[in-house]
This record gives sequence, structure tokens and C-alpha cells, in this order.
Amino acid sequence: MNTLSTVKIAVNALSINKMRSGLTMLGIIIGVAAVIAMISVGSGAREQISKQIESIGSNLLMILPGAATSGGLRMGFGSTPTLTSDDAKAIAQEVPDAAYAAPLLPGTAQVVYGNQNWSTVITGTTPSFFDIRDWPVESGAIFTQRDVDGATKVALVGKTVVENLFGDEDPLGKIIRIKKIPFKVIGVLSRKGQSPIGQDQDDSIYIPVTTAQKKLFGTAFPGMVRIIIVKAVSPTALKDAEKNIAALLRQRHHIPTGREDDFTVRNLTEMMAAAEESAKIMSILLGSIASVSLIVGGIGIMNIMLVSVTERTREIGIRMAVGARGGDILMQFLIEAVVLAVIGGSIGIILGVIGSWFISHFAGWGIAISPMAILLSFGFSAAVGVFFGFYPARKASLLAPVECLRYE
Amino acid sequence: MSPLIEVENLVKIYRMGNVDFHAVRGVSLAIDEGEFVAVMGASGSGKSTFMNIIGCLDKPTAGNYLLDGQEVASLSKDKLAGIRNKKIGFVFQSFNLLQRMSALQNVELPLLYNGSPVKDRKIRALAALKSVGLEDRAYHRPSQLSGGQQQRVAIARALINNPALILADEPTGNLDSQASAELMTLFTKLNKENGITIVMVTHESDIAAYADRHVYFKDGKVVKDE
Ligand SMILES: Nc1ncnc2c1ncn2[C@@H]1O[C@H](COP(=O)(O)OP(=O)(O)OP(=O)(O)O)[C@@H](O)[C@H]1O
Ligand SMILES: [Mg+2]
Repeated sequence: MNTLSTVKIAVNALSINKMRSGLTMLGIIIGVAAVIAMISVGSGAREQISKQIESIGSNLLMILPGAATSGGLRMGFGSTPTLTSDDAKAIAQEVPDAAYAAPLLPGTAQVVYGNQNWSTVITGTTPSFFDIRDWPVESGAIFTQRDVDGATKVALVGKTVVENLFGDEDPLGKIIRIKKIPFKVIGVLSRKGQSPIGQDQDDSIYIPVTTAQKKLFGTAFPGMVRIIIVKAVSPTALKDAEKNIAALLRQRHHIPTGREDDFTVRNLTEMMAAAEESAKIMSILLGSIASVSLIVGGIGIMNIMLVSVTERTREIGIRMAVGARGGDILMQFLIEAVVLAVIGGSIGIILGVIGSWFISHFAGWGIAISPMAILLSFGFSAAVGVFFGFYPARKASLLAPVECLRYE
Repeated sequence: MSPLIEVENLVKIYRMGNVDFHAVRGVSLAIDEGEFVAVMGASGSGKSTFMNIIGCLDKPTAGNYLLDGQEVASLSKDKLAGIRNKKIGFVFQSFNLLQRMSALQNVELPLLYNGSPVKDRKIRALAALKSVGLEDRAYHRPSQLSGGQQQRVAIARALINNPALILADEPTGNLDSQASAELMTLFTKLNKENGITIVMVTHESDIAAYADRHVYFKDGKVVKDE
């Protein structure tokens, strides 16, 4: 008996009881759709994270004031922030593993241009920052060390700021007022997108760190900065850089041995990798939960096939009387189960793809439906059909012809 | 020439709980090719049990059964299925057609299980239907046919693989006298013109009269053979 005619017989048998076949498939449909949606959501999230990691840059260390404790960050002795621009300069000069170091002094302020105003983050930094972040200008130029030394009132603006303040106007050379202080726009930064914590990185203005310290925000003590970010020369240099920076800063801050650091060095790359890892675990977890529903669907198929074998005992007897072997009967019911599972699986794939398209659309991610996941779910649903169809089919194949013919 | 069917000391015991029920107790019988045999006897005398065994639908508890010179009792289930497919055609009292299929598909059914080429099946099934005078009912469902027509579809199905033997267990049991007479005419024709051996269980003596030989069962034994 060839496979094609067996499949035809199976489809015929299933179409007799459309409602029942449909309900039986529903389990598989939901299971497969859930698996596909979960895998897509998971890999979409992961892709998003990797993109953000790329946007941050690689081999990065972040130095924060205050000691690290098990509870997170707390202020060091006297609770005074302790990092200065000179610390950043010293790191860049004295730690060979550190390629660049840039101080950051951020603050929020109202920015006015003409009759437009916009509240955004103003960050004081040095030109190295743009090397570290690998963040070029789209037009104009990045401010120079001379601007930093002279505390000039120049600004680099992000795309979001440009859109909100200038509209279609060219911002280059225009004067904006930050806290009423006029700054000249000398460059527009290229688009950077979202940060790993969901901030719009283009909603920002960068100015020389000295200007921020002396003219815009003021500082508790001279040269104070909030963060120093460092780019190591290579991924392998990260560990040494971390150690040497700590040693250098302890020395510069006159911390006696035995006292804890008044700063914290964080490995951004490691943190990102951890985030990526947890996203991966999350998607595996979601996928496994979804596959449980696939198994439940399989049990539904088994249940219906058992009912079907009992209902069709007489048919089995007739087929056996005219020469069907046990194997023929086994194939007939097995293929019926597989056809149920595969049709259900295909519908599930379609629904899953539509579902993940919706989810990624609303989450603002790119669609990440892997053909692998589709192939896998298809194969998996066929396997579910075989696995859960086998027992009822075997039961049918072992029936004795006389018993079946006598069955009412 | 050896007989088509040769049974010796055939015994069938049904076990029900702790009690053994002897449905067939030591039947010995030989039926030659081309015979038309009527099996008769009271209800419960073991006729159907005997028919099921010689039809390879059931296995005897003891005794020998040679079909066409081949020992059958020791064959595997799959071999028995093959024998049912090629050598035996069944006609049942309740027709035993698949309700969801057309007459044509019902007749094709045995061809599904012996690897007949797909394109041959329809031609052969139509020819078989024609031989029982039902070619114009090929696409009717059993429920759209009269009892006599259904039984003729069953006969067409029994004939499709050109079997040596037709086993009919009360084939006229559900038919009126007109349809019964037509069926018997068909059986006689198959027996006389095509040389097919027919073994038929019946309660009615006027039906049995079409047969050449009458075998009487009583309490699981053959009591008369004429
Ligand atoms: N599967 C079974 N289990 C137990 N007893 C059975 C079974 N099949 C048949 N019998 C018994 O065996 C005896 C013979 O049954 P069988 O069907 O052969 O009778 P029969 O001669 O065909 O009767 P009828 O003319 O009514 O069809 C009966 O008494 C019946 O109860
Ligand atoms: Mg009977």
C-alpha cells in the first residue's frame, strides 16, 4: 500500500469528523504557535541586546565614585564623589592597557533655540569619549582638546535634539542657550539608537567637560566628574586594565592599604555579556514552557486516536478480512495521527509567525523569525504525531480480525 | 488432485472465565475445487466458528487445516492476511461494506493491500462491479443501495482478486426472497462458469437447494454430509 493513498485515506477519515479533528488539532496549533512566538521573541530580544552592545562599543570599563558593596553602590568615605578629570587624564597616560579614558559630567537642562525649547541631557566630556564610543559626527566636527583646555562654549548635538529644536534647519553654527548660557553648535552626532537600558542616546548634547564644570553645573570640588569611561586596548587587556586602574586610583586618592576603594570599576562588556546570557536563558525557558503545550496537544491526539480505533473496530475487521496486514492498519492510523499533527503544526506555524510579527512590531524590534524554528516546530509536531499516534495505531494493528468483525 | 480445503480433527475452544466452551469439536472434512457446499445446522452449532477458521480469520485450538495443500494453522498473521487477500472472498450476512466509501472504493479495497498499480485498480473494480450488474451504481454509497445491491457489491469485492474460494455466512440472511434468488443465481453462475468453490452457511432449505452438497452441523460436529 503506497504512502500517498494512505495519506488520502487519512485525510478522508479526518474530514468525516471535521469538528473533532479541528478541536484535536487545536492543541498542536496552540503549542506550535506558542513555540514559534516564544523563540522569535527570545531571539528578537537577544538580537536587540547585541545591537545595543555594539552601539556602546567594546572593551569598555566604567569607573564610578563610591565603593561597591553587596547591596550595590554606596558613597565612600565622607560621601563625597571622588573622581576628577585629572584621574581620567592620569589613567590614559599611565595605564598602558587603557587606550582612552574620558570623564563624564552629565546633567539635565532646558535648551532653547529661537522659540523652541527642549529638555535634554547635557554631558561634559573630552574628545576621547567619541573614540571610546566610536561615535562620529554626521556634520561639523568634534570639539578639540583646546576647547577643553579653554572651556569654550561649544556643543555637539544628537539627532533627537536636532529634530526637536531645529526641525529642518541646519543647526551648524547656530547659537543655542543652555540655562541661558549661549553655546555654538559645532557638530551633529550620527544616529546611535537606544541604549541597553532603553534610553534614547540621540537625545543628548555634549560639551567640553571644563565648560560643564565651571560654567554650566558647578562642582562640589574642582574637576569633579560623575563617571570615567575607559577603553582597553584589547579584550584580553581588560582584566589588567581593571587592576592597574584600581592601583593607580588608590594611589592618587591616598587610600591606605586595608581601606576599601572609594571608587568602583565595572566591566561593561562583562555586564552586557551577562545580559545577553540571561536573555538567552529566558528564551530557552519560554520555549520549553511553550513546548509543554505541544506535548499536551500530543496527548489530545492520542486520546482522539484511541477513541477512533474503538469506533472503527468494525472497519479494521473489514480491512483485515480483505487482506490488510497488521502493519497496514498500523500505518493507516499512524499516518492519520501524523496528518492531524502536521496540519495542526502548519496552521500553528502560520499563527506563530503572525503572532511574533505583531509582538516584534509593537516591541519595536526587527522580526527575528528563524527558519530554523519553523523547521524545528514542523519536525517536532510530526514527531509528536508519530509518538502519540503510535500507541493507538499499534493497538489497532494487534486486533484479531474475528473479534473486530463481531464488534457492534 | 488434493482437495482445496482439507480439515482434520478441527477443534475450537473458547475460554470464558474458567469455563471452556467447545464450539467446534473434531471436524474432519474435505472440499474439492469447484464444489458448491451448503453448511447447515441449528443456531450455535458452530457453523460460523468453522467458517472463520477455514477463512483464516481465526485460528483453531487444535487440528490441521490444509488450504490448497498448504498447512495454514502454523502461518504468521501477515501470511494469513495474504491468503485472505488472494485466495478467499468473503460475503457476510451484514454485507460489511465501509459506509463512508463508494461502491467502487469498497470493491477496490482488497487491491490496496496487494500492491496493485493505482491505475489498474479502478479498471478492475469497475469490471468486477459490471460482473455483478452494478456498473451504474459505482459511485453510490452503501446507504444509497438496496440490501441486494449491497450484497452484490460485497460479492464484487470478494471476486476482485479472482479467489479460488468464496465463503458466505448466511449471505441471504438480510435479503428478501427475490434478492435471495438473484444472489443464488449469481453464486451458481460463479460456481459453474468460473469454477469458484463456494462454501455457504444458510438456514433456509430453498437456498441450500442451490448447492450440490449439504453439510450438517450439530453441537460442533458434522453429523450429516450428502
Ligand atoms: N468469541 C466467543 N467467545 C465465546 N463463545 C463463543 C464465541 N464465538 C462463538 N461462541 C459460541 O460458540 C458457539 C458457536 O457459535 P457460532 O457463531 O459458530 O454458531 P452458528 O452455528 O454460526 O450459529 P448461528 O446460526 O446462530 O449463526 C455458540 O454457542 C457461541 O455462543
Ligand atoms: Mg453464524
